[in-house]
Amino acid sequence: MSSHDHTDGKLPHEPEKATLEARNKILGFWIFLGAETVLFGTLFAAYLALRHNIGDGPSSEELFQLPMVFAATMLLLTSSLTSVFAVQALHHHNKKSMLGWLIVTIVLGLVFLGLEIYEFREYLHEGHGFTTSAFSSSFYTLVGFHGAHVAFGVVWIALVIGQVLKKGLTVVTAPKVYISAIYWHFIDVVWVFIFTVVYLMGKVAV
Amino acid sequence: MDWLTTVDHKKIGILYLIAGLFFFLIGGLEAILIRVQLMKPMNDVVSSDTFNELITMHGTTMIFLAAMPLLFALMNAVIPLQIGARDVAFPFLNSLGFWTFFFGGLLLNLSWFAGTVPDAGWTSYVPLAGPNYSSGHGVDYYVIGLQIAGIGTLLGGINFMATIINMRAPGLSFMRLPMFTWAIFITSALIVFAFPALTVGLVALMFDRLFQANFFEVGNGGSGVLWEHIFWVFGHPEVYILIVPAFGIISEVVSTFSRKRLFGYSSMVFATVLIAFLGFMVWAHHMFTTGLGPVANGLFSIATMLIAVPTGVKIFNWLFTLWGGSIKFTTANLFAIGFIPTFVMGGVTGVMLASAPADYQYHDTYFVVAHFHYVIVGGLIFGIFAGMHYWWPKMFGRMLNETIGKITFWTFFIGFHLTFFIQHFLGLLGMPRRVYTYLGGQGYDDMNLISTIGAFFMGIGTIAFLLNIFITWAKPRNAAADAWEDGRSLEWTIPSPPPEYNFKQVPLVRGYDAWWKEKMEGKTAMTPSEPVGSIHMPSPSILPLIMSIGLFIAGFGFMYDRLIIGGIGLAITLGCMVVRSLIDDHGFHIEPEDQDEGVKA
Ligand code: HEM
Ligand SMILES: [Cu+2]
Repeated sequence: MSSHDHTDGKLPHEPEKATLEARNKILGFWIFLGAETVLFGTLFAAYLALRHNIGDGPSSEELFQLPMVFAATMLLLTSSLTSVFAVQALHHHNKKSMLGWLIVTIVLGLVFLGLEIYEFREYLHEGHGFTTSAFSSSFYTLVGFHGAHVAFGVVWIALVIGQVLKKGLTVVTAPKVYISAIYWHFIDVVWVFIFTVVYLMGKVAV
Repeated sequence: MDWLTTVDHKKIGILYLIAGLFFFLIGGLEAILIRVQLMKPMNDVVSSDTFNELITMHGTTMIFLAAMPLLFALMNAVIPLQIGARDVAFPFLNSLGFWTFFFGGLLLNLSWFAGTVPDAGWTSYVPLAGPNYSSGHGVDYYVIGLQIAGIGTLLGGINFMATIINMRAPGLSFMRLPMFTWAIFITSALIVFAFPALTVGLVALMFDRLFQANFFEVGNGGSGVLWEHIFWVFGHPEVYILIVPAFGIISEVVSTFSRKRLFGYSSMVFATVLIAFLGFMVWAHHMFTTGLGPVANGLFSIATMLIAVPTGVKIFNWLFTLWGGSIKFTTANLFAIGFIPTFVMGGVTGVMLASAPADYQYHDTYFVVAHFHYVIVGGLIFGIFAGMHYWWPKMFGRMLNETIGKITFWTFFIGFHLTFFIQHFLGLLGMPRRVYTYLGGQGYDDMNLISTIGAFFMGIGTIAFLLNIFITWAKPRNAAADAWEDGRSLEWTIPSPPPEYNFKQVPLVRGYDAWWKEKMEGKTAMTPSEPVGSIHMPSPSILPLIMSIGLFIAGFGFMYDRLIIGGIGLAITLGCMVVRSLIDDHGFHIEPEDQDEGVKA
């Protein structure tokens, strides 16, 4: 069950699932995402419970600027697509194109983070600080948690790229690429919910 | 040194056992102090502040640092063996989980030395736990200590789910799994879906306390009821995280020592799944008096009572397993049999509490204290004692002394009922919980004295158990592989204690109660499913320890507003992750010719 099974130097079609270790990792990671779902679910619940309690601070309608958030959303969705391309390249054992797409993914993630930082700074100027109100605390916690996940994902994929450069595309590194891509999709899905629940609902004030 | 770097599930199990017993002693000492204070009216052994600290630390310690680690000890020691695996799915994470739990617990308990101890109850209700009412660092220790320990628990849950799904021996289908493995599988799922809610709650409370956020600050739009919801969405499943493994242990012990197949195996499985599922639907029965309104109270009340149905199924199945069996009254079995009526009583008072109007009467009285101790001491702790006596020879290769075992059982069992039975009546008379003293002449005096005497009996039982361990230590390692001779599952097919790699050849499972089935067909060993070959093992690592120390340092830093120290701590932990990611770790192989030497614990 170890990597010596493939001494002929040829990778199997789905190298990310070739060993028991790898299958364990993928399964364990899905379970971990189950836990992450509860984590974000609780954060969403807290936000929904508190979002109208704005105290003396600005409300979500005054604050949010949909065009910019929409741009951020598009960036992140695109990055999900590029990570799919990376996994496809993995399946074709095309290391170079895989690394390329991973780098594009990282860059898109970084731009997204930049936009988010810019957005938070704007809000701060408008008097929407972390301690302003229950709404602001829960907003920054939810969105900030997501942002931290994006940042973590960027570092993670960068480390994975480092490993592939060092060791090549093997049954050891392939699952890492695959799992970091699943993680990236997960972050993306969470963002879609944030876009809907926080920004769209916040703008139309239901 | 190899204990600090080990990734072997059996050694990690032993580490959990030692740490769990250690915290059990601390929690027990706190309990005794509480009971001494309540022994007579207007007593002043401890001050009111100390009393609040004692009950908070007692509850928190017992649940997070004693009961759960002892369960983790048993699952680490047993699960891979029961499913015919060489280790868990993620040995490295297993070790990391232990060390984060340990350092989280350490942080929590250092509060005693810092002189500022958590005192808002184990439920840490706001606003009491908020920055205004608990201005010292006490609750910070609770929030950060539990957060770090919680990481370990979550890692354990993920690990055991993956292990049980992916690492079963050939032929061991889900409907052939031993009941303890089933219980741990379901428990792990509960952990995975319940603990993240606690994580968020603790983060929010921490933000409120350290960074002036407003989640629970009513003055700034926050909500105290939100904390109650978040806490109990985690907290109710938590009690099932505690009790479901005990169900599993009882099933194993009862069927082994009745020399009978577990009665109603598939109904046991479905009952357990159903209990776990309903466990997520009933959290607001802790909030009947919060004022959620009649509709919510009604629904949560009914949902709670529903749980009695699958629980009843389990009780009857245990009784039918015992029925007509050739029963051996070993210490393990005594604890298991003692569990049954005790747990039934806890269940009955649970149904009483589930009736919302009645709960207005019982709420925050000693009736509640009696109820949950019947469930968690009479249920879970009896289960843990049963499991420890049952698997001790497997873990250490030595049989515990049965005479001392029986002394342990009887003192603990009698002491338990003395302590808690009478508290039902104290509660019905109106004695409130979490109050440090009471006036004489209200009919509370004698009953409180009896309760305290009972607590001392339990203390004697625990000491007897520790003595048993020390006496056993001096004895030779001569336990047989099938130490009780009536073993039914795979762990009894390999030597006691098992070699590093557990199974020289992974066995082929041909039915439920795999080992029993082979024995009944006159076989003396399992049929192997693979030829003898080189065995791949993960290598030990010091990183989990360092990562946990990093978190520990970070916790202190943030608590005392030294953000630099906090940052250094986090950097240590993240740095270890980077190291782990960049350095290759291929593990090592044990070749067939080396496989017969070196049977170590
Ligand atoms: C073994 C002997 C034990 C004794 C004598 C004992 C005694 C007590 C007492 C007197 C209280 C205070 C009740 C109050 O004033 O509200 C208490 C609270 C509590 N105990 Fe125990 N206990 C024992 C074991 C355990 C165990 C094993 C657990 C859990 C696994 C546990 C969990 C709790 C919890 C959660 C609380 C509530 C704490 C709070 O109100 O914050 N106890 N116990
Ligand atoms: Cu409950």
